[in-house]
Amino acid sequence: MWEALDILTQANFWAATIRIATPLIFGVLGALLCERAGVLNLGIEGIFVAGAMSGWLAVYLGLPLWGGVVVAALVGSLFGLVHGVLTVPLGLSQHVTGIGVTLLATSMAYFGYRVAFPNVATPPRIEPFAPLDVPLIGDLPFIGPILAQQTGFTVLAFACVGVLAFVLARTPLGLALRAVGDNPEAVEAQGLSVVALRIGAVMAGSALMALGGAFLTLSAFNAFYFGMINGRGWVCIALTVFASWRPGKALLGALLFGALDAYQLRIQTIAGGVVPSQIFLMLPYIFSIAALVLVARRADYPRALMKPYFKGQR
Amino acid sequence: MPSQGSTCEAPHDPRPLVLSLKGITKRFGPLTANDHIDLDVRAGEIVALLGENGAGKTTLMSILFGHYIADEGSVSIADADGKLAPLPGGSAQAALAAGIGMVHQHFALAENLTGFENIVLGTQSLWSLRPRGRGARDKIARLMAESGLAVDLDVPVARLSVGEQQRIEILKALYRDVRVLILDEPTAVLTPQEADSLAATVRTLAGKGLAVIFISHKLHEVLALCGRVVVLRGGTKVADRPTAGADRATLAELMVGRAIPARERPPSTPGAPVLSLRRVSVGALSQRDRLEGADLDVRAGEIVGIAGVSGNGQGALAALVAGLAAPRAGEAMIDGVRLAGADPAGRVAAHVGRIPEDRHRDGTIGSLSVAENFVLETISAPENQRAGLIRRAAIRARAMEAIQAYDVRCPGPDAAIRALSGGNMQKVVLARVLEREPKLVLAHQPTRGLDIGATTDVHRRLIAARGRGAAVLLISEDLDELFALSDRIAVVHAGHLSPALDAAGLDVRTVGLMMAGHGAGEAA
Repeated sequence: MWEALDILTQANFWAATIRIATPLIFGVLGALLCERAGVLNLGIEGIFVAGAMSGWLAVYLGLPLWGGVVVAALVGSLFGLVHGVLTVPLGLSQHVTGIGVTLLATSMAYFGYRVAFPNVATPPRIEPFAPLDVPLIGDLPFIGPILAQQTGFTVLAFACVGVLAFVLARTPLGLALRAVGDNPEAVEAQGLSVVALRIGAVMAGSALMALGGAFLTLSAFNAFYFGMINGRGWVCIALTVFASWRPGKALLGALLFGALDAYQLRIQTIAGGVVPSQIFLMLPYIFSIAALVLVARRADYPRALMKPYFKGQR
Repeated sequence: MPSQGSTCEAPHDPRPLVLSLKGITKRFGPLTANDHIDLDVRAGEIVALLGENGAGKTTLMSILFGHYIADEGSVSIADADGKLAPLPGGSAQAALAAGIGMVHQHFALAENLTGFENIVLGTQSLWSLRPRGRGARDKIARLMAESGLAVDLDVPVARLSVGEQQRIEILKALYRDVRVLILDEPTAVLTPQEADSLAATVRTLAGKGLAVIFISHKLHEVLALCGRVVVLRGGTKVADRPTAGADRATLAELMVGRAIPARERPPSTPGAPVLSLRRVSVGALSQRDRLEGADLDVRAGEIVGIAGVSGNGQGALAALVAGLAAPRAGEAMIDGVRLAGADPAGRVAAHVGRIPEDRHRDGTIGSLSVAENFVLETISAPENQRAGLIRRAAIRARAMEAIQAYDVRCPGPDAAIRALSGGNMQKVVLARVLEREPKLVLAHQPTRGLDIGATTDVHRRLIAARGRGAAVLLISEDLDELFALSDRIAVVHAGHLSPALDAAGLDVRTVGLMMAGHGAGEAA
């Protein structure tokens, strides 16, 4: 019993929580940015895969690590452009298009990998982001070791939370994004372009999603594996609702999920003999479902979410 | 009160021209929505634009506002020096920049933003890092003081009343220094008091030189407020005259193109109550739309009107009568039978005819044919099915008869009902309801969005049902309609239903005050 609680005092546990949460932070921020503008982006799962693969490949081919990050973001925004063009000016079903983008992006990533490495037994590796070695902070009691294990990529995720929160709440652009997800007619009537705002939001959001994927291959691990995204994108879609489309709460939701995941890994070793490990594996996902059941029923969805807008139609 | 009666038609008007439309023509396939329309508007003038649905008002305003591009003709608007310059078509930005502002019937507001945020939306570069602040607030405060439009700017628009949202809409236009303000059916959703306050604002603004184009169905408002009236019919301009010397009958005749027969409402002797509510409560549909301890009798052979601003409990009342909601407390009876649960099929069986508020959402099924929609409620009756199979021929034949009798303009009984105009769709609903000779008719906003011709038809049918001995419960936001049809009127506010009073002893202002929450005694 005490061992189960003891986990919470280990610096390792908290470091793992942040590491597991980082890709989710990017994913939830990306999803909420798209949805705030009124577009559901179910391409997220595939965009994670494409970001993981392209960022890693760029570094493998010789680009610096941050160059890989940029490549992943660009690839993500390209898939966002595809999703945006199909769903915004053409007004196709956002569900169907999103699933299509996921299939396309996943398959293209796998295909590209197989073409580049037809005959490898073990996945080729790169030198990933190293933990930050900031003097002083690492010497702090308790949180020092936690922070010292994180990489610059994680810092970027936390910075994105602040930037997105500021943009949405405090700038004219954020005002227009929030408005276009609530009532596109209001935006059009004020002389702004609904199409440009929505496509821009989907591209930027997709770039963030791709960063979530790239974190896995450039920071958490050092190689690209098939199936490594493993539903993280879908979890982000659920966490977006949990977060009520707010960046701050998105951070909280991602950390909660990360903590549960890190906890179940550790409790398995303690209680593994008694309880089947699958039960623990389920924990974070049960949390997602429970959170959705509790929160989503009262959720204040952006009013224009999933509603295509055609100019001149009322 | 400022006098606008002196407004005369050009050429003697000394005020400068701010807007000039010349020969505007717009075609949609074979339909000519606007046929060589000329329209001049001068500074400080309030011009009414009248016309039935489909007369071309919306198209004309959409061209002006840059949503459509005219096939022929030109729009000119005065620049800062007062010189007329052509306005490029098809650009909302250009129209806004030139000083054209429009308040739509359905507000173009983002409800998750505050009033302030809605007003400044789009008025600065999107890449700016700082939102509008002090300067914008001062300007809005000045506009509010000048125009008399007071409203809380710092709560989300969703929490404002409809009248307050409209004030935000007008401030939005004023903030952009409009020279021409278009108001599309601005009073449709307001209480009479709110409408009066809007009229005062419009006069003030016109007094400062703003040109106002006022689109309305309500002829008495047009006559009271506007100096000049332009009437469109079938895409062409049929009249452009001062309102002085015009009356409602002549304007209506100009709009419709034929004389409107005066509504005849023969006296009727009410019988026993068909609908009877005693201390009935109905749970909330939305935040405020609930009923608390309502008492009401609707007797055979009378029309009882329910007035109130939408969302104050009339939705709950309609849902109760239609069988979509169950009474939570109290005793509700229809034709002597106590209502227990929500039971739509039971209401059909009990001869309740239901004309729902939203004919697209609740009244019809768009992809089904006219004939199928006609029998929606009675599809399991023996005349419509045999051994579980639909009797198509019989249904078609009866639908044909109804189409004839109710003058439904449609390609035939097999046409999908969504292709019909609102008026014709409503005729199908009326035919379905009234053909069964219901004992109780629930008419919830039966003429919303219909033009004068179709409205007159609906009114005639409801009065005929009353003459036949049906009890009619008429729920409407249109006070003219309520006073024209009702024998008695009750007002619902915040879930409380006033006693139904004799309509002859009430006036519009009293009912308006009650709609705003003042008691009948207080108002009188």
